[in-house]
Amino acid sequence: MSDNGYIVGSNLEKALRAGYFVATGELGPPQSADRREIEHKAGYLKGIVESVNITDNQTAVVRMSSISVAVMLMELGIEPNIQMTCRDRNRIAIQSDLLGAYALGCRNLLCLTGDHQTFGNHPGSKNVHDLDSISLLQVCRDMRDKKIFQCGDPIKGQEPSFFLGAAANPFADPFDFRPHRLAKKAAAGADFIQTQIIFNVPKFREYMRRVVDLGAHEKTHVLAGVAPMRSLGAAKYMATKVPGMEVDPEYIERMTNCTKDLPSLAEIKAMDNPAEAKAARAARQKAAETEGIQICVDVINACKEIEGVHGVHIMAIEWEQAVDSIVKECQIGPKYDPARQAAS
Amino acid sequence: MIVAQQKPLEEIKGMIADAEKVLILGCGTCVTVCFAGGEKEVAILASQLRMATRLDGHEKEIREFTVQRQCEYEYNELARDYVEDADLVISLACGIGVQTMNEQYPHKMTVPGLNTSGLSQPTEQGVWEERCQACGDCILATTGGLCPIARCAKSLLNGPCGGSQRGICEVYADKETPCVWDQIYKRMAELGQLDKLMEPRPAKNWHTSRDGGQRKIVREDLRL
Repeated sequence: MSDNGYIVGSNLEKALRAGYFVATGELGPPQSADRREIEHKAGYLKGIVESVNITDNQTAVVRMSSISVAVMLMELGIEPNIQMTCRDRNRIAIQSDLLGAYALGCRNLLCLTGDHQTFGNHPGSKNVHDLDSISLLQVCRDMRDKKIFQCGDPIKGQEPSFFLGAAANPFADPFDFRPHRLAKKAAAGADFIQTQIIFNVPKFREYMRRVVDLGAHEKTHVLAGVAPMRSLGAAKYMATKVPGMEVDPEYIERMTNCTKDLPSLAEIKAMDNPAEAKAARAARQKAAETEGIQICVDVINACKEIEGVHGVHIMAIEWEQAVDSIVKECQIGPKYDPARQAAS
Repeated sequence: MIVAQQKPLEEIKGMIADAEKVLILGCGTCVTVCFAGGEKEVAILASQLRMATRLDGHEKEIREFTVQRQCEYEYNELARDYVEDADLVISLACGIGVQTMNEQYPHKMTVPGLNTSGLSQPTEQGVWEERCQACGDCILATTGGLCPIARCAKSLLNGPCGGSQRGICEVYADKETPCVWDQIYKRMAELGQLDKLMEPRPAKNWHTSRDGGQRKIVREDLRL
């Protein structure tokens, strides 16, 4: 702990400790060495969220490394939240990378197990899993608080101090174990938790009730994972094809109904005038996006009322433009939270 | 037991391309029980290779022999005449048998006819499921008698990841492979030992596993 009473004093930690309902964002690095893509996406997130998660080869697809993108974000004036999985590195590589990440200025770290490489673009790769998300948290906490490496050797110079995060999925099974798993992560050192995307608020409410019963909400800050749906297709895909995700049928219905007064896809296909068809398609997309953002706003507003929820983690991957509308509508985050404006 | 599967015929043909006289050497233990490398499988492969090489225009001389346990010199000694007479040996044993043969007959090349694929349990007729990864530091007493190192796709030690859905692991294409952590949770609940799953388990010492290098057991009490 530093002299000022904060663990690391990142924006994220300060906002959570101040009791604000926080908003974090997410940025998926490119599958190339192109820095412009990062600058482009970062422009949509700057100043409106506390910090931005940078995924670590998410879905086991090779992308620019999380820590290197974090440095670029800091240069752009955005606080990064680096992600570290146990899939690709053993404890030696992880600790080494984290020494470097701290020296480069990173202060938030999300500790993950990692998606299995079967789902990615290198299914023939060897996975590591020397640690898992919980033992990784313990290693990071001990480096920070005990100034020791995992082997027990002392860190003689500056220790890598991170505000530590972990993920939680309230919609995976067995449901009864999930609140305990969150509590385990808190006990292992998680200062904050970011959950899987929530499209089933009643189930999340029940999950949080159990988390609160365990007292885990007092040991860690829970940020509810949210995301805007961009189309009915995306909603159905998440509802049926993504393991560990649940979508309330009400949201599928809303995504269906929002375009029902507009020309159908079949009608658009039959249109003779290409300009008219293009405009009709754009109108359908606009209607779906508006409703998708509204559903996300509704989920966030519902989460604000759930005990133990300290903010939201907005995962608008490949649709970073949507984040501003969402935080503005919900009046959260450094730019739009009236409480923040009053304080500053 | 150790389980294995026969390699594709084309791959085996490729390995014996330069040999005229080939011995197929079976093993009467684990691979016989899993129908991969016993006397019967040796006979089938021999017929296949005779036919295939005849069709390719030059039939090779294929001989057959099966020993009781190919991982021990004493049994392989019984095959000496066959081995010496052959240009090359195809072993239908696990990887241990193949290496024992190469050590015992250094002047003859023994090639693998099987892919060794695990320490498995026959769970139903024709099905073998991996149960042990021989990590050298058994934790089954703490996980309800089910091994997450061998049976969890990520070898997790602290409970199920987010990809466990209705008791099924998300990783396997068959969409029916159980999530072992779901099974562990249920077993521990039945045993009234859920408290054992609630404490964070620290990093495992993998030194006893293959990560410490080749393992060797020396029992002084048994040595001559």
